[in-house]
Amino acid sequence: MRTVQHGRPQEGAAQDFGETLISLRDLNFWYGNKRALADVTMDFPINRVTALIGPSGCGKSTLLRCLNRMNDLIPGTRLAGEVTYHSQNIYAADIDPVEVRRRIGMVFQKPNPFPKSIYDNVAFGARVNGYDGDMDELVERSLKQAALFDEVKDDLKKSGLALSGGQQQRLCIARALAVGPDVILMDEPCSALDPIATLKIEDLIRELVKDFTIIIVTHNMQQAARVSDFTAFMLSAEDGAGRLIEYGPAQRVFTNPEEQRTEDYITGRFG
Amino acid sequence: MAVAPVKLQATGRVARRQAISRGSRYVLLAASLVGVGVLAYLAYDTFDSGASRLTWDFLNNYPSRFAERAGLRSSILGSIWVLAATVVLAFPVAIGTAIWIEEFAPKHWLVSIVKLNLANLAGVPSIIYGILGLAVFVRFYDLGPSILAGALTLAVMIIPMTVIASQEAIRQVPQSLRDGSLALGSTHWQTVRHHVLPQAMPGIMTGIILALSRAAGETAALIMIGAFTFIAWDNTSLFDDFTTVPIQIYNWSVRPSQQGFQVNASAAIIVLMAAVLSLNLLAAVIRERFRRE
Repeated sequence: MRTVQHGRPQEGAAQDFGETLISLRDLNFWYGNKRALADVTMDFPINRVTALIGPSGCGKSTLLRCLNRMNDLIPGTRLAGEVTYHSQNIYAADIDPVEVRRRIGMVFQKPNPFPKSIYDNVAFGARVNGYDGDMDELVERSLKQAALFDEVKDDLKKSGLALSGGQQQRLCIARALAVGPDVILMDEPCSALDPIATLKIEDLIRELVKDFTIIIVTHNMQQAARVSDFTAFMLSAEDGAGRLIEYGPAQRVFTNPEEQRTEDYITGRFG
Repeated sequence: MAVAPVKLQATGRVARRQAISRGSRYVLLAASLVGVGVLAYLAYDTFDSGASRLTWDFLNNYPSRFAERAGLRSSILGSIWVLAATVVLAFPVAIGTAIWIEEFAPKHWLVSIVKLNLANLAGVPSIIYGILGLAVFVRFYDLGPSILAGALTLAVMIIPMTVIASQEAIRQVPQSLRDGSLALGSTHWQTVRHHVLPQAMPGIMTGIILALSRAAGETAALIMIGAFTFIAWDNTSLFDDFTTVPIQIYNWSVRPSQQGFQVNASAAIIVLMAAVLSLNLLAAVIRERFRRE
């Protein structure tokens, strides 16, 4: 099985690719004996939205969780290869995962606000990271950045769990922003939301990419086409290990894929 | 032809299965009533024989050779002292153990053995803990049959079940909450401290209070360490000799019946039952209050 070796967004995109923030070199990942990622090499450009698409089980969420060391928490996993962020291998022995995670934030598939007030949800990350500025101001700014402030400003003491699903997800985004990250990883952030809430999150992603680098896993190809600047298509081989099949500017991947398998997937012929 | 093409009335096997199903409800109800009935009869019998002795004097008097003058003052105080000391000793150890096992312990066969043995320890008869307490706390550490020795013994006895209840509560905390916290750059301990523990606390409190209500009724282990004594003064120190309400009940109930001590025993049982029920009610209230917040 041939895999694409050059993980850079391919020709035609060189002019708007820009600077790399995170890059993967021969990334392999195992759950116990089962290989979930095989030799993934790719670069994520700074201040762009990169979407990871592919059928269920192709390793895209696993890949995402490798980028802020969330997989460290799952016992029995192993990683080989390099993940560099600002040219430092985040899996090097002297790197602290807590430092990595405060710079590379994450939003999960199912909104998971803490069972605390809206205010405390946003303030928590900043507090544990020793933020000593004006907390009220930070909470307000983060909620505004996440396009939630106007909806909740009258009752910041209300429980985060009392919000609607879409609002909860934006609260989780606000919470991630309050820590002051460069990168926001989003693991199917809209899969539990209705279409209107989904559109709000997508608009928000386009807004946030001006200041942040966003990497999003999605099942929804229209969503990838709408929000991403670059799109990576992943697929697992017979051995179950996910591989990178094609990676390039979203426009090109969706209109003129180089790989037959990419075309089959985005036209709905499998997966 | 007015005959319906299919027959929907129950006949034959279906009718028989349905009859069994309807009957099962009554059999199961009867099974439940056995327990409730026995409890109700015991409660009635105890009230019938003991209620007349339930006066302020009974609660406030020291034990006496005369049944009418004997009271629970020293044993109630002793129970309060011992239980308070037991909570203070058992609570941190139990929570600490549960957090370590659930959140920090590596996957190792030694840890598995510890986990397995916690369940075994929770099932060890209390008299065994009494022997342990006698050998270790009373004799080896030379604490004598003191409140401290009693509390240490009860603490050792309730720690396993408290740990198990706390583990259960910690396991109920959804992983997504831990992930959310860790993804914000909080450390493992900050995650436990700010999210896991508050979320698990109602379950932990319930476990502790239920364990305490077991300790409140414990007799054998305390008699074993030598708390079967005549105390006609108020406890003021952890190193005092002591007695407790269940020991007093045992003491009175083994006296010859014509002296009237049986009535005292019944009255003391009412007091003890009320205390234990209050503890259980408290557990329910705490659980509900935390849940609403």
